[in-house]
Amino acid sequence: MSKLYTFLKYFFITFWTVFVVAPFLWAVSTSFKDFQSVNSKVTYIPWLDFEPTLEGWRVLIKSPAKGGVDIVEPYFNSIFVTCTASLISIVLGTLAAYALSRFTFKAGFVRNNDITFFFISQRIMPPIVLSIPFFIFLSTIGLLDSLLGLVVVYIVLLMPIAVWIMVDFFNRVPKELDETALIDGCNPYQAFYKVVLPNSIPGLIVAGMFCIIFGWIDFFFAFILTFTEVQLLPVKVVALNSSITPWWSLSASALVSVAPLIIVAFIVERYLSKGNLSGALK
Amino acid sequence: MNLIGEKISYKPDEQFHLNDVSFNFKKGNLYTILGRTLSGKTTLLKTIAGLLNPDQGSISFEEKDFIKIPVWERNVAMVYQQFINYPHLNVYENITFPLEQRKLSPEQIKKDVDEALKTVGLVGFENRKIQELSGGQQQRVALARSLAKKAKILLLDEPLVNLDYKLREQLREEFKRIFSEGLSQDTILIYSTTDPQEVMELNGEVIVLDEGRVLQKGPAKEIFENPSNLKVAEISNDPPMNVLKGSKNSKNLNFENISLEIPNHFKNLEDKDYNFGIRASEIKLDENGEEFEIELAEISGSETLLHLKRGNSKLIALIEEVMNFKIHEKVKINFNANKFYAFGEDEKLVSSPYGGTDG
Repeated sequence: MSKLYTFLKYFFITFWTVFVVAPFLWAVSTSFKDFQSVNSKVTYIPWLDFEPTLEGWRVLIKSPAKGGVDIVEPYFNSIFVTCTASLISIVLGTLAAYALSRFTFKAGFVRNNDITFFFISQRIMPPIVLSIPFFIFLSTIGLLDSLLGLVVVYIVLLMPIAVWIMVDFFNRVPKELDETALIDGCNPYQAFYKVVLPNSIPGLIVAGMFCIIFGWIDFFFAFILTFTEVQLLPVKVVALNSSITPWWSLSASALVSVAPLIIVAFIVERYLSKGNLSGALK
Repeated sequence: MNLIGEKISYKPDEQFHLNDVSFNFKKGNLYTILGRTLSGKTTLLKTIAGLLNPDQGSISFEEKDFIKIPVWERNVAMVYQQFINYPHLNVYENITFPLEQRKLSPEQIKKDVDEALKTVGLVGFENRKIQELSGGQQQRVALARSLAKKAKILLLDEPLVNLDYKLREQLREEFKRIFSEGLSQDTILIYSTTDPQEVMELNGEVIVLDEGRVLQKGPAKEIFENPSNLKVAEISNDPPMNVLKGSKNSKNLNFENISLEIPNHFKNLEDKDYNFGIRASEIKLDENGEEFEIELAEISGSETLLHLKRGNSKLIALIEEVMNFKIHEKVKINFNANKFYAFGEDEKLVSSPYGGTDG
């Protein structure tokens, strides 16, 4: 029984690893191919099956005037928009979440839970519903096709995630911890940043990770709210696809797009396994 | 210069958490608040600490209106029943936290922390993480943090309740030592608990709290010997004092078709219906006694708790040896009539074996 279990365990782990990793390897391999090696026959291993070329990668940094696509600027645009929007969402979202977790709000029939739900409900709507209002809103305030406009929209999209994760996290941090900080001579602000925040790092990291992922992969709003001035990476990558699909540069751009998320995942994994809160309340 | 509370009420919802509570705590004394769960003990301590503001009433300390002073300026210390420490700091940093908050000099901090660590017996644990400590050690850290602060008011909210039996016994003993050695004469120590035994051992002034109301105040011995009413008798005994509805006539005490000779301290009692109270430890197994049916027998340590029934009366007897009984078995027991309490039908104490009230 246990032997079968071990076998199945390793079988599925291996299967899943291959399933996940194979496309990446395929993309890496393809990114070094030229037209000939992609279209003539199936090739796998560089130098053996085909002669590797850096053309697929070079196109990405060449200016359009020289026949390239130049994803460098969209790349940095994406990094800027994602990081700025995530940071603002985390800061505001954490403060909102702390308030929702610790204080009682009453406004008519509205209570804390209703406010929390209001935040989450922003993500329940399909994005398409929001596209026209956002478009009109941004064009009215003159932020259409600008980085700032995208940051504003992304904050709207990302803050609910931050609030949602952090409310749940703060609810699990014992209230007595804040109270002890107050008794020990902290005013409420000191209690928050000297005691509550340092113990919320795992939650902040999870929230930050989700914000970065959702901000980074968004195609829909980046596509609708920008035209020529500003372009984000996902839009640019999709735009690579023309009548003759340039599989090599498409693969290369897919790899550089995924790279930041993989780096984030590795950093986050290390922090998450620390598990910082277990000693607060037994 | 005392900590004085007057007519404090706190009612955040339908129910009173504190109802007309008054107290006068003097410096250098130990006060215990005895009450069952949800009786308002924690609320009272939090009100004194300043974490809650009462709806009515006043608290003053050293002639200052305490309610106007925010928590972080009150200089109180509190130990919770959960083991609350700062998880991101190690043991040493946990204890220095309040001292650094008060901006004491590094030498002073070092001195105070070392002293506190010594008092609670955690020397050598300075660099440990909180998560690496056992429950008892975590509670010691919390206590050390409170002691090092040298706060004028030290609040302990059921500090032993979440510890296992052995550790509780051990720490309780140590608490008595710590309270006598580690505290200055300026400190007011307020200790809340559900456990009557803890109250008796700490032997301070007791406030019995129930449903947010003060039922009785007085020295531990007085509460134990002369509980002012049935509720106090229940709360201040573990197992709770048995109550038997019965009556007294000129010759006997009668309850459940049992007649007992009238004990001396009941001689002057009016002949009428009473609620008689008798402690579980004053009931003995006796071949010539009265027959009761066993509903449940619990063995706890070296004692056996018998839950007995006869007619409409239920009672608990504490037998000081380990014995095995079958449920529904009949046993014969005898009451120590000299230890009977009499409570009126209004549940107030009428006569106690220790000479309480008019009798």
